[in-house]
Amino acid sequence: MAEPLLALHGLRKRFGGLAVTDDVSLDVMPGEIHAIIGPNGAGKTTLINEISGVLPVDAGRILFAGQDITRLPLHRRARRGLARSFQITSIIPDFTALENAALAVQAGDGTSFRFFRPAGSERRLNEAALAALDSVGLAHRAATPAGAMSHGEKRQLELAIALATQPRLLLLDEPLAGAGPEETERLVSLLRGLRGRYTIVLVEHDMQAVFALADRISVLVYGRLIATGGPDAIRHNTEVRAAYLGEDDLPLAGAPC
Amino acid sequence: MRELGRILGRELPALLLLGGLAAAPFIGFGEGYMLTLLARMMILAMAAVSLSFIVAGAGLVSLGHAATLGFGAYAVVILDDLQVVDALFVLPAAILAAAGFALVTGAVAIRTSGVNFIMITLAFGQMAFFTASSLSGYGGDDGYTLYARTEVNGARLLDDRLVFHFVCLGALVLTWLLCRMLLASRFGRVLRAVRGNPMRAQALGFSPYPYRLTAYVIAGALGGAAGFLFANATEFVAPAYISWQRSGELLFMVILGGLSGLHGALLGAIGFVLLEEWLSHQWEHWRIAFGVLLILAVLFLPGGLSGIPAQLGRMLRRG
Repeated sequence: MAEPLLALHGLRKRFGGLAVTDDVSLDVMPGEIHAIIGPNGAGKTTLINEISGVLPVDAGRILFAGQDITRLPLHRRARRGLARSFQITSIIPDFTALENAALAVQAGDGTSFRFFRPAGSERRLNEAALAALDSVGLAHRAATPAGAMSHGEKRQLELAIALATQPRLLLLDEPLAGAGPEETERLVSLLRGLRGRYTIVLVEHDMQAVFALADRISVLVYGRLIATGGPDAIRHNTEVRAAYLGEDDLPLAGAPC
Repeated sequence: MRELGRILGRELPALLLLGGLAAAPFIGFGEGYMLTLLARMMILAMAAVSLSFIVAGAGLVSLGHAATLGFGAYAVVILDDLQVVDALFVLPAAILAAAGFALVTGAVAIRTSGVNFIMITLAFGQMAFFTASSLSGYGGDDGYTLYARTEVNGARLLDDRLVFHFVCLGALVLTWLLCRMLLASRFGRVLRAVRGNPMRAQALGFSPYPYRLTAYVIAGALGGAAGFLFANATEFVAPAYISWQRSGELLFMVILGGLSGLHGALLGAIGFVLLEEWLSHQWEHWRIAFGVLLILAVLFLPGGLSGIPAQLGRMLRRG
């Protein structure tokens, strides 16, 4: 069996008396889409924040490509190929869509301590940025200021920014949050197009999308992982069913994809 | 060609202002008093542009920028006392002194943000002020009168008022071009990204600290050059040059002009000095009216002086 790209070993995090991450261990294999689901307040975003380096963990280890990154700050993890999107859209509003993506390309293109040439006319950056925009269907909006885009477009741009860094691992925190039905459809088919090319950790509330996209699913309840497995195994897991009792959004057998 | 037209269009306000300053001595503002005022205006504009570079470009709202001018000016004073009066030595010393001050204080201040950053830069500025006040060898509170203006390679070039006018203008243009170039570069793009969304910039792999500190030191160096010119313009240096009021005035010029681009700082500095000059001739208690006008400007001109055309456009469209 191949080495996992990302391995979490016994992660723990407390906010006061509340254990938000409670002994979480998890492997993410290269090339898979690994979804993390759970009821509200299960600690999904916290887990993404711990993996990406926004929040420090109290205990446990995070291995990325076999190396311990537990103590590395956010920007150092990004340099190693960990890209993330945010639940609340995180773009640079006064930049155009193209400049947002170009900044991401620039991050992986040597030093940014370059003072003379106008970055806006660097063809190499712009071409790669445009390709990233194109891959999410935003090429025609390249010159639009990001702050003036629609919510759905901002979600697409957020994805383009993450892709433009050419990451080894994509951490997507609710990429569909707040998107309308049409936008959701577009984003899901976009994510499906990434399958096999990227390793993705996906946190998402839209269960239809999760079960359509994920190779494996981990279920988080009150900071604890209660199950990990393929979509079918999770769908029929009694503990998972119990955790979602009273919520209608866990699709039962044969959910439409 | 169209690209060139676009750039000219965007930079038109700045080019008009700079062109006006270049033409001023030949269109009736050539006598001594006017040239003194213009020199003061251009030097403050240079300081304001360098401050705007870190405020608008990097989101670093410094309330201690006058201290960098002070370091530049006191470098001139101390070397004057040692009878080192050639710009070849004095100017680099002024720039290095101010950049060094910015490096040491910035290394601490940039670890904070928001109000804390403002307070720390203010505190460092006041430390510089009280240090200057206690330099009894250089006049203490009373200040120090230079023996003469700095020489340029042995020649007393700066004594000629018209030459000095164009030296100040040249320095202002260079400052403007340099800051503009930096903001458009890869370095500047990261700075602007960090200001716009620090979390996003970090998640892309950029640590804000080295970029911000570099920008802070560059602004400090430019402040030092402005201080060098200030000392030469007045041939006198006093701690009052460093006081927090002066830092506040510089910040006010930047905000008055508007934060949308560097030309805002140019416009703000020129508008500020003109208004101050005009009002002080009208009324003994002019500072009261000055304060009221500045408050009104902030309330009713959200984009500053440089935002007026766009604001008028919006009002006309609304009818």
